[in-house]
Formats: sequence, C-alpha cells, structure tokens
Amino acid sequence: MKILVCISEVPDTTTKIRFTDGNKALDTAGIQWIINPWDELALTRALEIKEASGGAVEAVTVATVGAAQAEPTIRKALAVGADNAIRVDAPATDAWYVAVQLAEVVKSGGFEIVMTGRDSADYNGASVGGMLAALLDYNTLSSVSSMALDGGKIIAGREIDGGTETLEAELPFLAVVQKGIAIEPRIPAMRGIMMARTKPLQVVPPVDTGCLTENVEFELPKSRGACRKFAADEVKALVDVLHNEAKLI
Amino acid sequence: MNFEFTEEQKMIQQAAKDFAERELLPDIIERDANSRFPAEQVKKLAELGFLGMMTSPEYDGGGMDTISYVLAMEEISKIDSSTAVMMSVCNSLVNWGLETFGTEEQKQKYLKPLARGEKIGAFLLSEPEAGSDATKQRTTAVDMGDYYLLNGTKNWITNANSASTYLVIAHTNPEKGHKGINAFIVEKSWPGITLGPHEDKMGMRSSDTHSVMFTDVKVPKENRIGEDGFGFTFAMKTLDGGRIGIASQALGIASGALERAIKYSKERKAFGTEICNHQAIAFKLADMAVKVENARNLCLKAAWMKDEHLNYGIMSAYAKQYAADIAMEVTTEAVQIHGGYGYVKEYHVERLMREAKLTQIYEGTSEVQKIVISRSLLK
Repeated sequence: MKILVCISEVPDTTTKIRFTDGNKALDTAGIQWIINPWDELALTRALEIKEASGGAVEAVTVATVGAAQAEPTIRKALAVGADNAIRVDAPATDAWYVAVQLAEVVKSGGFEIVMTGRDSADYNGASVGGMLAALLDYNTLSSVSSMALDGGKIIAGREIDGGTETLEAELPFLAVVQKGIAIEPRIPAMRGIMMARTKPLQVVPPVDTGCLTENVEFELPKSRGACRKFAADEVKALVDVLHNEAKLI
Repeated sequence: MNFEFTEEQKMIQQAAKDFAERELLPDIIERDANSRFPAEQVKKLAELGFLGMMTSPEYDGGGMDTISYVLAMEEISKIDSSTAVMMSVCNSLVNWGLETFGTEEQKQKYLKPLARGEKIGAFLLSEPEAGSDATKQRTTAVDMGDYYLLNGTKNWITNANSASTYLVIAHTNPEKGHKGINAFIVEKSWPGITLGPHEDKMGMRSSDTHSVMFTDVKVPKENRIGEDGFGFTFAMKTLDGGRIGIASQALGIASGALERAIKYSKERKAFGTEICNHQAIAFKLADMAVKVENARNLCLKAAWMKDEHLNYGIMSAYAKQYAADIAMEVTTEAVQIHGGYGYVKEYHVERLMREAKLTQIYEGTSEVQKIVISRSLLK
C-alpha cells in the first residue's frame, strides 16, 4: 500500500504580500517559500500511519505541481521522511489544472491513500482535494482532523458542532485534512537532511489540459485605521461612535 | 565569491530555529532561574542529530559542513546558550578531536555513540591554576606499565555531569613541559572520579558545569590519544575548532538580542511615536546590526576555511574575539533600548547580556585571542 501526500509550496506566512502585472499576479521577489502548513501536517500524519502500519504501508510519496524552484521545498519533505517525490513540471495555474495533474500522478503510481491539505495558504482555494477525489472516483472525506489505518479501512475523525464524529471508509480513499490531523510538523533530522540528497525526485511532464479560471485582479485588504481610545467613563461616546460612525451596532 | 547558502544549509538553519523556538524557548526563564539542565530538550536535540552533526556518516554522524554548524549554533544560541554550549563541546571539541586524532578502535568504541547523541562528551582542560596558561597542568597521569594512573582536579567543566565520555588533558612528564602533556579518553563511570557541586553561574545557568576530581583513576594505555606527548598539540588544535563554536554562540546571543531590540522598538511608544522612530534608538540598532553582520561574516569565513582544509586557527581567533566582544556590546544596548523592561527577566535581553559575558571568558578569553592574533601579525 502506498500513500501520496499532495504538497504545494506557499509564501512563508509572515511574507509581506505585493502584486505585479497590473495586480494580476503575486510578486514573488524575495519570498521565502515553505511547504503549505496543512500539507506539512498531512505529511506528518502519513509518516505516522506508515510507521504504525507494520510494513503494510510501503512508502509515502509527496507530489507537487510546480516549476523547478519548488524543489527545495520538496527536498524538505524528503528530509522530514517522505520516501520519494514527484514534481509535475508546470506552474500551478488553477485548482482544476492542478487536480488533473495530480490525478494522473495517482493513477500512474497506484496510490490507494491520498492526502491533501484543506487549502493552500496562498490562494486559499480549498478546491483541489475535492476535484481530485472526483476525478479519481475515490471515497473521500473533507475536514479530516484525525486518521488511522485499520486493516484495509480508514478510520477518520471530524470536528462537528459540540463534539467529534468518527467515520469509516473503504480504500481507495482521499482525505482532505485540517487542524488536528497531527500535533505539529516534524523537524528534519540531520540524517534526514543528508538522505534527502539522494532520495528519488521524479520530474514528470504535465498532461494536456486547460484552466477553468483566470485571475482578474488581486486587492489587498484595506489598512486598519488609527486606534481610538475611550476612557472608562466615556461609554456613551463609544456607543455613539460605534452606532453613528462605524455603523457596527 | 559566493555568499549564498545551499538549500541544505538553509534547511539546517530552519530546523535549528524551529527546534529552538518550539522546544527551548517555552521554559527558558524557569530553567535559567533554577539552573535546571535541559535534559528533555537535549535528548530531542540528540535525536535530531545536532550533537554529532559534523561527524562523518562513517561514524554515525550527520556529515554536515562547518558552515551549517555555524548557522545551527547561531539559531540555538539566540534562544538558549546553555544548550548551545553543550552542543558546541560535543561537536567542536569531543567529536572532532576523536574523529581527527583518535585510533579506529577509539572511534568505533567512543565516537559512534557520541555522534549518534546516545552519549554526551566533555573536554577537561581547565584547572584551578591552569586556565589561559594551559601548559601549567597539575593533573598527572603516571605511566604504570599497562595503564596510566590519573590524579588531579579539573575546573569549569561543561557537561561534567551529563557526559559519559571525558577527554582529559594531563601531564605524564612535567619535566618535559608542554611536550610532557597527553590527552586521554576517560569514562565517567570509572572508579575514582567525583564531581564538585553544580557551579552557580551568572549566565548559561542551566549548562551543567562542575569541577571534576580524579583520584587514582586507572586509564588503559589504549585510551591515550595520539603519540606520547601529543596532548598539548591535541588541545590547541581542538580548541581552534572550538573557537568557531563559541564565536557562533556569541553571534547568536548578539543577533537574538538585536532581533528582540528591533521588535520592542517598533512596539514601545515614547513622545508620541514608536521609539524606533527616534534617531537615538535607530542609530543604536544600526550600530548593533553592523556588528552582528561583521561577527557573522567572521564566523562563516573561519568555518569556510575549516571546510576548505585551510589553516583556520587565526581566523577562528578573529571570530571568537570579535563575536564575544560585540555580543557584550550588543546585548548591553538591547537592554538599554528595552529600558526598565530590559532589566527584568520576562524580556530575555538581560539573560542574553549575562550569557554574552561568558563568551569573552571561556575557550580562550578575548585577551588570549588577541595574543593569538597579534602574534600572527608580528611573526
């Protein structure tokens, strides 16, 4: 049995976002790239499942759709413990395009378990996992916050209003994971970093498909106005401002 | 010339940063207050391979270069110098000394578990009356035929309690001066070894520092490192690399203080604006940043020379002296920028200032580094 974890590289979450090309594209100059945090947690859980499987899971593979600049991020996933990696040599233009590419990776690699993060921290589309499951016709669950392999079945947990629910699913299976799937991402060990040099990183050409969406314009959120302070005895003035100026109450 | 780090070096830097922030920061103030050794954290640090990161994979180490080591030391030292110094002693002194000068049998028996982080090492050179003048060793190892009989006291020993493997420098023939000095591998569990109390230090308080007393300790002949009389050369060559570790530690203390000063100066307001907008503060930050960058470049140059198998002894003295001295200056200014908050423990900079002081003293004082540097200029 093999697990595929789909990873994307995203700007470090502390990056100051700027746009270029008439506000149609992200300005990537000076950006520090990281593994999308949800994907990193998915990878952590995939490795834990492999380690607990007693050999039933033979390998954890990571796959990404991206140009060669994504390879340092892929190497980090290998350093953390992934056994091998696949890079589809094409820019990740939209969710449909990425899902079609990853579907091809899953089919050609024979992966029975696929894991994706809930969304990516760059465009937050939250679409690839669902599209990929549909393209593969795999059983799927979204918002998975715990996951284990029980023989040939998946036991998955989700947070629901006021509690959690536990579900069971047959393989092949695709999990769209979120907070809780793993406690924290693993820090790569020296040995892992050293071994990542030689682990297989296969580069495959993209399959021919188009995009379904196009970015028209990006806009930054409005900057926050200056903070106004009210003394403890100015409650009436505060209410007046919230009601008449901010129109919040 | 290329100032770019490799992707692997950046990965190690990030791993060290993540480890320091996740594992070392949360209880650093408590550990400092109670002089508590970071046992759990050191175990994790060992599992990640940081304690043997420069040792060859042939001996179960990480096989990383000295540049990576500098980057990792800086990140760990930004948060916790007590942990950083134990990492420096393991990597720069004990593992490197054994790998470079040990016999194959010594490497198999002692280096491998050290490189895997299963055991911790300590380097025992300083004595009550032999600090900077390392030739004045009073610890003796008398040749008894099959073994040496070790007697004496060592002072200020980092990792003295947590270590299992000691590298001990002792006189075997005092009449021969420094040519009568030898280095030995000594197991702490052997009979005749006792530890003094934990030293109650000004800084690096959770580092495990003790004196160590040897009373008729039998050291097998095969545990001597190198030819008879090699001990002083062994100590000096090993300390050349040790200086890179401590220089990187001082660099981390300084850059950690700078980062905290920048952050605080952008938050704290005085006279209607954030204090970073006052030139008096902004210029302090500029001066601190230039010093930190200079120290970093010296550390990296010494590391690069070591990796290129060039003679790096003098450059490591440059790096150690400069980084230690500016660490003291930069941390003092960081406390000043924090004002009253800098003088309390919650803001960390007072601890960094206490830690900086030790980097000017141990593994060769700043004055000793200047002796090394000036002699190289005048010979």
